[in-house]
Amino acid sequence: MRSVGLKRPASLGAFLLLAIAIGWLAVVIVLPLVSVFAEALRKGVPAYLEAFRDPDGQAAIRLTLLVAGICVPLNAVFGLAAAWAVAKFDFRGKGFLLTLIDLPFSISPVISGLVWVLLFGANGWFGPALEAAGIKVIFTVTALVLATLLVTLPFVARELIPLMAEQGTDEETAAVTLGARGWTTFLKVTLPNVKWALLYGVLLCTARAMGEFGAVSVVSGHIRGKTNTMPLHVEVLYNEYDFVGAFAIASLLAGLALVTLALKAGLEWRYADELSAGRRH
Amino acid sequence: MSLSVDNVSKRFGRFAALDRVSLQAVDGEFLALLGPSGSGKTSLLRVLAGLSRPDEGRVLFGGEDFLRLSPRERRVGMVFQHYALFRHMSVADNVAFGLRVRPRRQRPPRAEISARVKELLALVQLEGLEKRYPAQLSGGQRQRVALARALAIEPRMLLLDEPFGALDAKVRRELRRWLRQIHDETGVTTVFVTHDQEEAMDLADRVVVLNAGRVEQIGTPAELQKTPATAFVFDFLGDSNRLPCRVVDGHAMFEGGFSAPALGPVHEAAQATARFRPHEVDLAVEGGVPVTITHLSARGALIRAECQGLDGALYEVDLLRDATPASLAPGARVRLRPRRVFVFAETAR
Ligand SMILES: Nc1ncnc2c1ncn2[C@@H]1O[C@H](COP(=O)(O)OP(=O)(O)OP(=O)(O)O)[C@@H](O)[C@H]1O
Ligand SMILES: [Mg+2]
Repeated sequence: MRSVGLKRPASLGAFLLLAIAIGWLAVVIVLPLVSVFAEALRKGVPAYLEAFRDPDGQAAIRLTLLVAGICVPLNAVFGLAAAWAVAKFDFRGKGFLLTLIDLPFSISPVISGLVWVLLFGANGWFGPALEAAGIKVIFTVTALVLATLLVTLPFVARELIPLMAEQGTDEETAAVTLGARGWTTFLKVTLPNVKWALLYGVLLCTARAMGEFGAVSVVSGHIRGKTNTMPLHVEVLYNEYDFVGAFAIASLLAGLALVTLALKAGLEWRYADELSAGRRH
Repeated sequence: MSLSVDNVSKRFGRFAALDRVSLQAVDGEFLALLGPSGSGKTSLLRVLAGLSRPDEGRVLFGGEDFLRLSPRERRVGMVFQHYALFRHMSVADNVAFGLRVRPRRQRPPRAEISARVKELLALVQLEGLEKRYPAQLSGGQRQRVALARALAIEPRMLLLDEPFGALDAKVRRELRRWLRQIHDETGVTTVFVTHDQEEAMDLADRVVVLNAGRVEQIGTPAELQKTPATAFVFDFLGDSNRLPCRVVDGHAMFEGGFSAPALGPVHEAAQATARFRPHEVDLAVEGGVPVTITHLSARGALIRAECQGLDGALYEVDLLRDATPASLAPGARVRLRPRRVFVFAETAR
């Protein structure tokens, strides 16, 4: 299917187009990526490793892992539940729910951070009441988690909904007539049918949770060693002219992106196979 | 065990998919539900399986109120129109599913399950395919896996929803014979849905003809052929020719001054429609419907002649090949005289 009707570029025009495309990719994607690693290693490997010995840097890495570790499972469960509801049941307001799930994709991450400030900030709706109770949300890890949750909410659900909708409810119905209870049906029939798509969604969600800048920047307060995640810490170091340190942390994020990309490519390969088997079925 | 469906109705909004359906099946009976697309066959099967709840009516099975039981408690085996096999499980795992999901105390030990799976795969003639996945099977093989899976739970009743719908004619006939054989071996009460009248007549002990959510007639295949109760049943069970007539004292009188015995419920009518099968027609020299032959086709020992009347009406006639004059060819003018006709009450539906 991939190359039906395609031919090798033969004319000068075709070559020119190809050259422009590749050149563009090189300038816009490859060059920055290379520069991250080049800058990080500019003063040699020891200096590069030294950057990770900084306690604030370590705290940023830990914080990022913590936030992702909380947000990804929550959004995976939410995504699974939402996809299950949307794809397997008919109810009123389904279209509205779908739009709502998509919302974080279409609004700026800065807004996703700002809404929490509006709700829980010192002058927000619930801020004063919470403050009176001694609970602080904004400028704490809680706020980072909330902002990241909102930004990464659609990733898993968006992967699962089309697949589950296509698979329909026939297999679940069959399982019920064979005596399976609801939970068993979910674990043994529904879940295995979407496991690759779920993993794929979790991967995308993780990458975004770790790399998010805009939303967390608004609610973080930039307290070094406390509320700075990796992307925020990179900015801090850069503003302090610690280029090696900034790029060292950035290289971790870039490395994470590359690993995600590789896994994603691998999964797509695997998962396309499963999907087409599903279609033939 | 015996099944009794009593005045079951199922509505979707204002539309009645099932309209006061009643039927009975004795223990071990093979019942066919026959009807055109949208007549409510699947809806009725889903009610029996417990997958949907009727708005009215009762369903008794072995004297027990079936509607109060969950699908799990009913223990009916269902084979779906589109197989609905578990795509991520091998053939063996598909068949074993119903046994593996039983609560721990009722679950047979592992060895027993695999022995049972083997036995069932032998029954449906799929030995050696236990490791395959559904996507690697042909349609007929998938259908047999679906049947083995349904039989694995030792169902008290077997429900089959157009199980051979997607298969070609030859495979269908094979599977049909084989299904009847399995039914006779297991003796489980079976409800079989089809829109193919030949399949229903061939397989079933009794046939329930459904039309627009209502039962038109219930009877053995022979009864349905011999005494169809309504025009719908007559038309659905075979090819049908129509001719306007008047009915006097059990005889249909036609324009042109000929007549034929009128079977069916109507004995007197000033205006009615006579129906007759293609094979119950003689060619006549005079006294009959004048028609022109438009097409001839050979069908084994028969020749099917398509004819057109003077008013443009079309007729189909089956003639014995050996008794057909050689002069009969497209364009020939002949007269058709039905040997006997059915006349039904006109219903305004
Ligand atoms: N969930 C539903 N909501 C609304 N209408 C429905 C629903 N299920 C079935 N119907 C309607 O009920 C009628 C009977 O449907 P059913 O599926 O029982 O037909 P069927 O006899 O099995 O037809 P087929 O031979 O095409 O499978 C149809 O007109 C169908 O549109
Ligand atoms: Mg149907």
